[in-house]
Amino acid sequence: MIQYAAIFAFGCFGLSVLMNLWKVLFASEIADRILALDTMFINAIALMGLYGMVLGTGIYFEASMIIAMLGFVSTVAYARFILRGNIIE
Amino acid sequence: MDLFFDLLITAFLVMAGIFGLVGSFGLLKLSDAMSRLHAPTKATTLGVGGVLLASMVHAYANGPHYSVHELMITLFLLLTAPITANFIAKVHIHQQESRDSLPAAGEDGSWATQNLPKSDDN
Repeated sequence: MIQYAAIFAFGCFGLSVLMNLWKVLFASEIADRILALDTMFINAIALMGLYGMVLGTGIYFEASMIIAMLGFVSTVAYARFILRGNIIE
Repeated sequence: MDLFFDLLITAFLVMAGIFGLVGSFGLLKLSDAMSRLHAPTKATTLGVGGVLLASMVHAYANGPHYSVHELMITLFLLLTAPITANFIAKVHIHQQESRDSLPAAGEDGSWATQNLPKSDDN
């Protein structure tokens, strides 16, 4: 039963990443691109958590933690660059 | 007891998948930029929370060790999602809105993102 649920969740999050990629490519304004990139990071965290759960290892936890931090920092840096013209003033 | 944990993990996974899909579909489907901000920042965060809860229950039920450090990622995402949403909204105001299209800022005069420094300051 868990296998089928995991396959369902893999499909859902994979489809979500594809939708975000579409939005990154064909967004109408730059706030949408930042938002789509941030959502891609979050979906990648979910995919890595699922993968670690299916394989039964704890290795992927550290990787997803690092991706979570990098996603936040890069989103803030991108938005800050658009707002102010540089990142660290 | 095994069946109970199986059902719990399955429910968490299905819920997480649906929430993640709804969040990303809303990013494509909604018409206004500020409405589009709502879907990923709320629904997708819930989806990730569901996956991490399922992973935690799975590690407790049939892993060699049980771990609660998935909660750390959930907490981190719940803390950072509003900050990210605030920054993206500021980018939208900065790029797409003008001083006339925004509602009045009250006693402050103008909105902070529109309040640009004078060019001779730097």
